[in-house]
Amino acid sequence: MAGPRRGEWRQFWTTFRRNRLALCGGAVVSVLVAVAALAPVLAPHDPHRPDTKNILAPPSREHWLGTDQIGRDVLSRVLYGSRVSLAVGFVSVGIASMIGIVLGAAAGYQGGLTDGVIMRFVDLMLVFPRFFLLLAVLAFLQPSIWTVMAVIGLTGWMGVTRLVRAEFLSLREREFVIWSESVGATALRVVFRHILPNAMAPVLVAMTLGIPAAILTESGLSFLGLGVQPPYATWGNILNDGKDAIEIAWWMTVYPGLAILVTVLSYNLLGEGIRDALDPRLRQAGGRGRG
Amino acid sequence: MALFALRRLILALPLLIGITFISFMVINLAPGEPVVMQSEEQIGTQITPEARQALRELYGLDKPLPIQYWHWLTRLVRLDFGRSLQPDGQLVLTKILDRMPITLFLNGVEMFIILALAVPIGILSATRQYSFFDKATTVFVFTGFATPDFWLALMLMILFGVQLGWLPISQLRSPNWEYMSFWAQQVDLLSHLVLPIFVAVFGGLAGFSRYMRQSMLEVVRQDYIQTARAKGLPEQVVIGKHALRNALLPVVTILGLSLPGLIGGSVIIETIFAIPGMGQLMVQSVFARDYPVVMGNLVIVAVLTLLANLGADLAYGLVDPRIRLGARRRAG
Repeated sequence: MAGPRRGEWRQFWTTFRRNRLALCGGAVVSVLVAVAALAPVLAPHDPHRPDTKNILAPPSREHWLGTDQIGRDVLSRVLYGSRVSLAVGFVSVGIASMIGIVLGAAAGYQGGLTDGVIMRFVDLMLVFPRFFLLLAVLAFLQPSIWTVMAVIGLTGWMGVTRLVRAEFLSLREREFVIWSESVGATALRVVFRHILPNAMAPVLVAMTLGIPAAILTESGLSFLGLGVQPPYATWGNILNDGKDAIEIAWWMTVYPGLAILVTVLSYNLLGEGIRDALDPRLRQAGGRGRG
Repeated sequence: MALFALRRLILALPLLIGITFISFMVINLAPGEPVVMQSEEQIGTQITPEARQALRELYGLDKPLPIQYWHWLTRLVRLDFGRSLQPDGQLVLTKILDRMPITLFLNGVEMFIILALAVPIGILSATRQYSFFDKATTVFVFTGFATPDFWLALMLMILFGVQLGWLPISQLRSPNWEYMSFWAQQVDLLSHLVLPIFVAVFGGLAGFSRYMRQSMLEVVRQDYIQTARAKGLPEQVVIGKHALRNALLPVVTILGLSLPGLIGGSVIIETIFAIPGMGQLMVQSVFARDYPVVMGNLVIVAVLTLLANLGADLAYGLVDPRIRLGARRRAG
């Protein structure tokens, strides 16, 4: 696997373009980003303003997805909720990737004791069931969107660390790296200029697949009431409200859940598509299996 | 084998100490006297002066950090997690031990069902690659990955609990449980478990059948499979014996790796279905700011996961002599 040179981008695109599912995923992801950005324009109602004449109203022409216990428009809340999901997804994956890249690079490039300590730390973090750890941390903090982002990011960097380390382990033996070391390039320069750019492809895939995972985690936390707090609408806390009205108002439960499902599915399809297009080995294996 | 087991045990020891260290860091997340200062304005739960004093003593919060850690460690060794801050003031350990059996039972049953289903699904879709079954499996896998477990739980509750009225949607027993005959009690318990187990299995199955398929696809391409076919063995023997044995190996590793996820899932499933397990206790204690219970639960659940991982590791060594003899480098 070599760096993102021009010809390789073209090769990537040629393969990626043939994967219809991944293209669909990519298209839906773009639409979702646009929806999140344009939520204030698209939302038919104020997501926080109660419509006291329509409490727990089923879907109608005025409220397409019905209303909740205090008469807020579910569609508007779902649209605004997409902003939270998107923000949490990007920011927490950004935090996790930064940590993962730094630790993975240090472990893979330095080797020896540094590697041992970092990788044992990774093993250690992986022993904690994620939700228990998240909850324990949140018990000590003020719940808010920032806490949620930070906490999801700080507990989700282990996968990226492993990936980056594995890439570094194989890349640091390659000729171009040994060559630049032998002409006196500093370690930092070797790492950032020569190795890291060549190790980014799998990280990119991991990031694309990490966003939906973070979105699922955030919605789970908000569903429990420990994530983003009301009155801010998130898919998780709309579902939390929906749970209380489960016997009368199915629309509060069905639609936000579908929004999560479609979002996560699209990011996953996109991420898998990118991976298949980047990994020539897999492509070849797939071809052979067909015969 | 004994040597291998011993080596694994020794490797697990630093992790055990690490668990206590990470948990200790969680207590000290906030600056100052974290527990005491922070608790004030949160989620509206007030913390009483007595509770503050109890916390100060329990964690030695007025002392320097290394001493605090030592203090906490010596308590843990004696399995002393302190007392709950709830009015009942129960021992944390008692509270957790009360909740543990149901959580372990549910996770065990779920794991068993997942494996029992994922292995045949993986084999079938790998041996019939690109068939209708294989494609259907792929669709299922992607849906399984994308479906939030709490949403699936709510949807099933709406369908089977509210609309059809076939299954109970919360707790483990019906209110009139005590007046039922023995068999009726078992049926009642089972009917309460169907939905929670289904939800957990649905999520876990996706990952496992995918790994099983992938693993099988890789094994089937190996030379020795060609050899087995070439010498005229029936296909069932080639797949069911020669291929399956090797294809199962990576799945054992995945089993160990996915245990924390499965156990973590109990938090949401137990909360939704009102099952009195460790997950529900965790959520309740976080809301009640019952810190000793939160910390005790975190440590114990991590140790349980470590033990389960160790079990998977040993099983791996048992089925694969190469691992036992240390030919394979430690997966990093």
